[in-house]
Amino acid sequence: MERPSPPPILRAEELGKRVTSPEGTLEILAGAGLSVAAGESLAVIGESGSGKSTLLSLLAGLDLPTSGRVWLDGTDLTTLDEDGRARLRGRLVGFVFQSFQLVPSLTALENVMLPLELAGRDDPRPAALESLARVGLAARVRHYPSQLSGGEQQRVALARAFSTRPRLLFADEPTGNLDRRTGERVSELLFRLNEEHATTLVLVTHDPGLAGHCGRTLRLEGGRLHAEPDRPPGAGPRPGA
Amino acid sequence: MAAAGPTLAWRWLRREWRGGELPLLALAVTLAVASVSAVGFFADRVHRAMSLRATELLAADVVLVSPAAIPEARRSAARERGLAVAETLTFPSMVSTGDRLQLAEVKAVGPGYPLRGELRVAPAPFAPDTPRAAGPEPGTVWVDARLATALGVGPGDRLQIGAVERPVAAVLSYEPDRPGDLFTLGPRLMMHLDDVPATALVQPGSRVTHRLLVAGSETGVADFREALEGRLTRGESLQGVRDTRPELRVALDRAERFLGLAALVSALLAGVAVALAARRYAERHLDTAAILRCLGATQARVTGLFATQLLLVGAIAATAGVAIGYLAQAGLAALLAEAYPGPLPLPSPYPALAGAATGLVTLAGFALPPLLRLREVPPLRVLRRDLAPLPARARAVYGSALLALGALVLWQAADARLAAYVLAAAGATVVVLVAAAYALVSALRPLRGRVGVSWRFGLARIARRPGQSVVQVAAFGLGLMVLLLLTLVRGELIEGWRDRLPPDTPNYFLINVQPDEVAGVRAFLSGHGVAEPALYPMVRGRLAAIDGRPVSAEDYEGARAKRLVEREFNLSGASRPQGDNRIVAGSWWEAGETALPQFSVEEGLAGTLGVTLGSRLRFQVAGQEVEAPVTSLRTVQWDSFRVNFFVVTPPGVLDGFPTTYVTSFHLPPERPEVLSELVRAFPSVTVLDVEAILSRVRHILEQAALAVQYVFLFALLAGVTVLAAAVQSTLDERRFESAVLRTLGADRRRLLAGLLAEFATLGALAGLLASVAAAVTGVALARAVFDLDYVPGPGLWLSGVGAGLFGVALAGYLGTRRVLSHPPMESLRAG
Repeated sequence: MERPSPPPILRAEELGKRVTSPEGTLEILAGAGLSVAAGESLAVIGESGSGKSTLLSLLAGLDLPTSGRVWLDGTDLTTLDEDGRARLRGRLVGFVFQSFQLVPSLTALENVMLPLELAGRDDPRPAALESLARVGLAARVRHYPSQLSGGEQQRVALARAFSTRPRLLFADEPTGNLDRRTGERVSELLFRLNEEHATTLVLVTHDPGLAGHCGRTLRLEGGRLHAEPDRPPGAGPRPGA
Repeated sequence: MAAAGPTLAWRWLRREWRGGELPLLALAVTLAVASVSAVGFFADRVHRAMSLRATELLAADVVLVSPAAIPEARRSAARERGLAVAETLTFPSMVSTGDRLQLAEVKAVGPGYPLRGELRVAPAPFAPDTPRAAGPEPGTVWVDARLATALGVGPGDRLQIGAVERPVAAVLSYEPDRPGDLFTLGPRLMMHLDDVPATALVQPGSRVTHRLLVAGSETGVADFREALEGRLTRGESLQGVRDTRPELRVALDRAERFLGLAALVSALLAGVAVALAARRYAERHLDTAAILRCLGATQARVTGLFATQLLLVGAIAATAGVAIGYLAQAGLAALLAEAYPGPLPLPSPYPALAGAATGLVTLAGFALPPLLRLREVPPLRVLRRDLAPLPARARAVYGSALLALGALVLWQAADARLAAYVLAAAGATVVVLVAAAYALVSALRPLRGRVGVSWRFGLARIARRPGQSVVQVAAFGLGLMVLLLLTLVRGELIEGWRDRLPPDTPNYFLINVQPDEVAGVRAFLSGHGVAEPALYPMVRGRLAAIDGRPVSAEDYEGARAKRLVEREFNLSGASRPQGDNRIVAGSWWEAGETALPQFSVEEGLAGTLGVTLGSRLRFQVAGQEVEAPVTSLRTVQWDSFRVNFFVVTPPGVLDGFPTTYVTSFHLPPERPEVLSELVRAFPSVTVLDVEAILSRVRHILEQAALAVQYVFLFALLAGVTVLAAAVQSTLDERRFESAVLRTLGADRRRLLAGLLAEFATLGALAGLLASVAAAVTGVALARAVFDLDYVPGPGLWLSGVGAGLFGVALAGYLGTRRVLSHPPMESLRAG
């Protein structure tokens, strides 16, 4: 299939990550490379412990590789210090995590306002309220995370992730902590929002069903990325198409 | 970008308040601010009172003070410059009515007094008063409330003063130039100057103070001062507005400094609580910091957010602390009401700022290092929970705390050397307390195998975090120790000292006995059962030179030495030393040397003035000089209440100088009528009641102790916040543990028993530590000050351990009881 080739929003070359522990040196990633075009949705699948989360942390600039380089919107992450990477994240990137990562002391609304405030937006409230309305939580904006169910918490996390209209969204096992039905509803919501915002999505999961909603899938095995040719039946529409 | 910072921090703060650490942090800072600003406000009010009413405190613009009658030339020097003058004369004397006797400070005032300020009198003690422009009419006297109460008299009653009887015309309620009551032992009687000769109380050699009050135009007063300065004779001094009441200033300055430093104990303990609370707060916010980093917040942003929160907490706590301090200073002012003259003006806002600054410095010094750690949280923590920044380095934590504390101590002490001493002493105290607390906590270990499951669990908790247990025991123990020392130990020491005095210890002194009365007084005393009454001659002289070098107060550093040099000495002649004296250097004179000039000097005085064996002392006595070498040094047991002198010569040396006689004797308290007879027979003789003076001293000590206790009450509360912060920092762990225990079948009662065992043990240890520390301090004080072997009574141990045990058990229970009702499943899931 021919694909238009706009400049990639995310590119990684020869990514390597080694960690040294008392038991010796462990190579988690070796020579992993990928390129993601704007608007594309990419799933990375692999067994538990295959290094998926490590890859995600390197791509999002949460951590630095031992070797290789990552370009986010054309900027080489390895040349920035942590504060520089934080600013870039604030400008470009949204996150959805397996464990939701809401701030427990802030209400749903305040959690969603947080990235807007960090980005220095004036009057973040309407945008945050709208974002929460889109995930169907308009009635629960004043609730604290502990007063929300797991599915609701993840929907708040989605609202937060999309509230800044990031160009790139990283999702780490977004349904991993949810039961099957709730998980399905959350993933539906994730892909719908992704489509509406025309966001580039990089999703890490061990669930082939979830990965099937993405336009492209890579498998992480032995520290390297391999293309996954087989697309499971019933795959969702390709975002951005 | 920064615009969102403060509002975000504020909103955050409101949410986080319920987490528990911030209220505790605020409480600790509030206590520190309250205690420092209470002392600050009080000191400020006293200072303002003294400067606002400086001329009034003098009752004049300038005062010439002299032990001798003021020469006419001085008066005319003032009048020539168009200045108003007035005179006063003060001296102690017995005042009596019927069988009741009281030593009073008599003040005789001439026409014109007071030149500045006003007198106020009332018809009865403590009744509403009215101003008066002049003192009592000739032939009448005024008494203050203390004298009226002591003698049971009021207006209309008659009083015997020396040789005359006078009616009381009013109760004196305010006198501008009255020294603060702390510094005068006797109550006041005021009479007219013209009545003094009739009383026959003022004789050659009597201890009287003459004052010439001068007031008028600024230039006239300055001119008068200038004319007199440099031409004053020894013993004369000028007091102007600037050097008003130096004794009061020095004493209040010292009290203020001491209370200020005492208040810092609260700041130190509050700092410990702040550090504990801030550490837990930081630990609980590692995830939040990671999320913030992940969402794009820079390190500066994270720091700013948490630092702003801290600043907001500090501002709230400082405001509350200043408000409480303002209320508390009223209590302090009431406790020390007798120490300063007249009502106090409102304080200036400065102490509020100083108090608030103390709070913020404490907060910054103790809370910033753990909070700053949050900026180091790696954003990757959102994926890997085990990632945490390195704990704040011990050096940074202690360094910044020590810096904060050092700055505060330096500020309160207002003297680098004193600050260094205080810090060193505080450091040593902390080391000793912590070492003792550590020993106590370690001593629990062998017990664990021998107690039931609840107790074992309680003891295990103490042992699990020995550092924290030690801090809790030491912090609570410190506050308790000071309070025990100020209450129980102080009382026991004074009791012990009184009990040691033999029952026939002299309880009265007679002074101002004229030479022609000696035989009569001796016969009177023998006739009333006093065995061998001994009367000692006394000659007043001023130390003029040591080894040929003229002596002046400026040559000495210490306040005592300055005072000794300024005032007149009582010299006496004796052929034998008093029974309680011990010669420690040189030797006492032989029987044949009665006219050979030489001195025997009390050892302590010699040390203070730098006099050694062989030094030549020159005294000025009534215009003549006596110079002689020091041939012996003696120790004196002052609390024998025998008549003793700092400087003694052989009996013949002082012949021919104006001499009065002095004696002391024991009179059974059930025979007070003897004193009335004595005073009637010898009106000019002054009787000093030792018991009355001692009870006055005790009263002064009690007031001072109460004020210190009051300040240390804040320290005890701060100790409780340390305990609470330590308990709070273990709550998560406790929740998890009690959940595990409950799933294993432990019921609520058993969990509660475990908690109580833990806190009761901690409290008992703190109480034990406090009792031991108070007892050791008490024994050391007894040896050094009272020369007494002090054995602390059982009350000390019972109240120390009891207060610690119940106090800590209650506080611990209140702090942890929610753990018991927490659903175990929830805790296990969260864990």
